[in-house]
Amino acid sequence: MLKRLFLLPFLAASLLTACTDPAARLPILGERDVRPRADGGPADTVFATVPAFKLTNQSGEIITNQTFAGQAYIADFFFATCPGICPKMQGELLKVYAKYGQDPQLAFLSHTIDPAHDTVAVLRDYADRLGMGKAKNWHFATTGAKGEASAKDSVFLLAKAYYTAAEPDKQAPGGFAHNGTFALVDDQGHIRGLYDSLNPQEVDRLMTELPILLAEIKARQPAVARQ
Amino acid sequence: MAVTLPGCFSSNKNQGERLYVDHCSSCHGGEGQGLARLIPPLAGADYLALHRAELPCLLRHGQKGPIVVNGVTYNYVMPGEKGMSPAQLTNLLNYIENSWGNKSKPRTIREVEEQLQNCR
Repeated sequence: MLKRLFLLPFLAASLLTACTDPAARLPILGERDVRPRADGGPADTVFATVPAFKLTNQSGEIITNQTFAGQAYIADFFFATCPGICPKMQGELLKVYAKYGQDPQLAFLSHTIDPAHDTVAVLRDYADRLGMGKAKNWHFATTGAKGEASAKDSVFLLAKAYYTAAEPDKQAPGGFAHNGTFALVDDQGHIRGLYDSLNPQEVDRLMTELPILLAEIKARQPAVARQ
Repeated sequence: MAVTLPGCFSSNKNQGERLYVDHCSSCHGGEGQGLARLIPPLAGADYLALHRAELPCLLRHGQKGPIVVNGVTYNYVMPGEKGMSPAQLTNLLNYIENSWGNKSKPRTIREVEEQLQNCR
């Protein structure tokens, strides 16, 4: 008993350093599955990944999970006529872009949750007005390239996979209720951080944690290249 | 009575700023700076003086379609604030028109009420 009590401060100290140590790894968020190995060796832990997706961006290009191979990306959900939180949210993402947007290991993916209105042309205008018309690594993307209304079901499912609440709501400004979550996804499709874009402290946390993930990805890349 | 009166007045003190923070700042920014070419700025916006008499109606009923501010055309939907009283609109406009370097003659509630009669 006494021994255990003695250990507590050490445990607390090690937990604290895990949170503040700049060399710490970001956690992998979401469900995990432990699968026994066929050869009887130690079981594998399988971490959740974002589901397969196929989107169209503001230039009419097809965007899939493969588009972000070897990269981290920050995902969020918006719509072009959103009178509520979107301008604030995209303004915060612009700040992240201003600081880290030139990093070749980083991309940005803003999904519209209003595919019926936000056609490729509307998304292009939106990107342009945000000053991102020439940015190659910030995609403003839709699940419905033809503006089909049914595409909203697939984007709502995607939002759920990124832990963002999004749904049609007649009471909400603009007709959609959603929150301003930024999801940080690594080069293997794991979600490594979730941040509330409307909270300045959360955006600061993203700014601090992003380089940790980028360093991890860079460290991984020579090994990939040798294969 | 004399003790409670200052309390009555101070409850409306900074109402314009509070309304701005709650209803406007998420789009127009904490410093009225706007957002790129999506959302027009309010700080230093020529539109405020050019359309002074129309602003109470614009706030109440919202804005849709192209709008030119400082020579830049913006085209974003601004929802109306139908629930705001003439007094609230007056305080809000006085705040916007006298913040971030803006300078303008203070509006009276009566003036704003009259302008609201003429909304299209």
